[in-house]
Amino acid sequence: MTAIPFPSPPADTAAVTALRSEFRGFLAEQLKDRTPRQRSDNWYGFDRGFSRAMGQAGYLGMTWPKQYGGHERSAFERYVVVEESLAAGAPVGAHWIADRQSGPSIIKYGTQAQKDLLLPQIAAGQAAFCIGMSEPDSGSDLAATRTRAIRDGDNYRITGTKLWTSFAHEADWVILFCRTGSGGPAERQAGTSQFLVDLKNTPGLTIRPIIDLAGQHHFNEMHFEDAIVPADMLLGAEGQGWEQVMSELAFERSGPERFLSSIELLKQLIAVLAARDSDFAQITLGRVTARLAVLRRLSRSVTAMLHDKADAGLQAAIVKDVGALFEQALPDIARELVDAEPDPRAAAAYAGVLGNIVLNAPSWSLRGGTREILRGIIARGLGVR
Amino acid sequence: MLADMLERLFDAHLDDAALARAAQGEWLGAAWDEIAANGLPLALLSDDRGGFGLSAAETGEVLRLLGRRAVPLPVAETMAANRLLAAAGLPLAEGAAGLAEGGTIAGGRLTGTASRVAWADKLECLALSVGGRLYRVPRAGWTIAEAEHALTGEPRETITFDWAADEGAPLAHDLLAEGAAIRAFQIAGALEAALDLTLAHTSTRVQFGKPLARFQAVQHELAKLAGELACATAAADLAGEALARGDLAGVAAGSLRAREAAGNGASIATQMHGAIGFTREYPLHRHTTALWTWRDEFGGQVHWARLLGKAALAAGADGYWPMVTSL
Repeated sequence: MTAIPFPSPPADTAAVTALRSEFRGFLAEQLKDRTPRQRSDNWYGFDRGFSRAMGQAGYLGMTWPKQYGGHERSAFERYVVVEESLAAGAPVGAHWIADRQSGPSIIKYGTQAQKDLLLPQIAAGQAAFCIGMSEPDSGSDLAATRTRAIRDGDNYRITGTKLWTSFAHEADWVILFCRTGSGGPAERQAGTSQFLVDLKNTPGLTIRPIIDLAGQHHFNEMHFEDAIVPADMLLGAEGQGWEQVMSELAFERSGPERFLSSIELLKQLIAVLAARDSDFAQITLGRVTARLAVLRRLSRSVTAMLHDKADAGLQAAIVKDVGALFEQALPDIARELVDAEPDPRAAAAYAGVLGNIVLNAPSWSLRGGTREILRGIIARGLGVR
Repeated sequence: MLADMLERLFDAHLDDAALARAAQGEWLGAAWDEIAANGLPLALLSDDRGGFGLSAAETGEVLRLLGRRAVPLPVAETMAANRLLAAAGLPLAEGAAGLAEGGTIAGGRLTGTASRVAWADKLECLALSVGGRLYRVPRAGWTIAEAEHALTGEPRETITFDWAADEGAPLAHDLLAEGAAIRAFQIAGALEAALDLTLAHTSTRVQFGKPLARFQAVQHELAKLAGELACATAAADLAGEALARGDLAGVAAGSLRAREAAGNGASIATQMHGAIGFTREYPLHRHTTALWTWRDEFGGQVHWARLLGKAALAAGADGYWPMVTSL
């Protein structure tokens, strides 16, 4: 039998329930002036003030050791903070990547000095990170990366171009994936390494904006021209970049951000439909809610696996594939129920949220691994690739 | 291990010939006797009631196994009926049992009908929900009004009651919810079987000089099928937990997503098989016809979607997310 285990997530403990209630209060106060349209930016909202408030209140680095500014709480307590943030449409962009994957990578692979320098800043909501993986000729085929770091005394000299780097223009650090070996045909995945690069203080690094389909500036091109990075900013071992990146992806692909991107539209849809007595609306919302509840359970199940140090790469790919289908389907489901002309700059909440979601939804099955890549990973997990 | 014992039991008594007879509506009496002798009708009860004392995970494993083996007998229904009867303090079934809603009680007499009861003619008793109470109706309490069938070929009879009703007992929880949760697990099990058959077929069937599973278009369909299986499994667990705490909205959520996965998964599995999947000589049909049967039983998709959708609308925009996290 082909088993793809999704173990039952544990029932909420008293601590989890208390935290949820406390954190909902925190969000209600912090976000009281945030409009539905702003909330619909979901994790693309970037607000350093909010991230600092999260850090001060102890909601970042929740599972990390206290010696690094963490709070030694459970993975499920962290999950509560993450899902409640997204469901409320909080502007989490200034701490999102760092809290989700950069910090955990530094804890796993970093030197003592790197941990001492960076983890307390992340936990305080003061260090924003971005992900330096994609390149002009290396998108889904990450192992084709060409950016190269060459050792030069106490430094590495880095040359190459990274593309689609969300928030490179705002963030403080990037974890850069690049080639340190010869990069011959026999050495695609081997011979790669990761570096912690200071975005504000690296000579030879230039960052250029790329405006997306929605007219917004999240993407950037990062150009490294003989950029100098201190050798002690190598993350993990030289040549182990591929393994490190792969272990990051299970964290990146299984979270609630993979199915909650259009939650604000769902809430606004309910606000409109609550005034109607429509059988079709009831039935449709029932089916949507069932999909959402089951995705949430699958995602919490992967959290349980990661908590137990199990390999959850296959399960995470399933959550992201099914999750993106769900969040991308919502605009069309809404359009079957309510007539509105989408306009992200509209005064009306519903049309504004719909406009923002319609324009952004196409990216949800691209970022973090395309639908096609995910299905390839799942097929490999099934033993047919 | 319980699952291994059951696999051996089904291997011994449910061969292809027996399954084909069941698909013609024939009662597999010898198989039932063996299943009963192994204690399965009481499996969901605690040890002290003569049951297996299973954990939630083990309960799911047993119910999925019944789906995976497409067992053409009312084993799951009997387990569920006994769980309800035990919870209500009523005597347990002494043979095969069914789950039904219907009929009316007036002047101490049960009359009226219940529609499409699985194997109604072969049951020893029925766990019947009438007006919020549970009754243990013996076989003598009904006659067969109409012999109808499920897509699997198994009987689903409409029955007419005429029985001097006893007191019955308060229902522990909604009877349709009990049936819907059980079916969600069976659906997940049938999808396990469908995925296994589809993987085996596409890995061995060669066209254009290579196994079908080497084609990327096929691989991606297999990935989607795995996604539907994952959703159905999680949905069944969700429904089972919600049933245990008496949360109808949670049962609705789990049941609905399992029903959706049944249709989506059956389509992919059949398509990936090509014409052989559309025959009775190849075993996939047992699982697809079961999936198409189970997804519409114990309150259909509309019944449960309406219940959950009303709850969502009642929660409103601000209460919606708290409602979702409570499911």
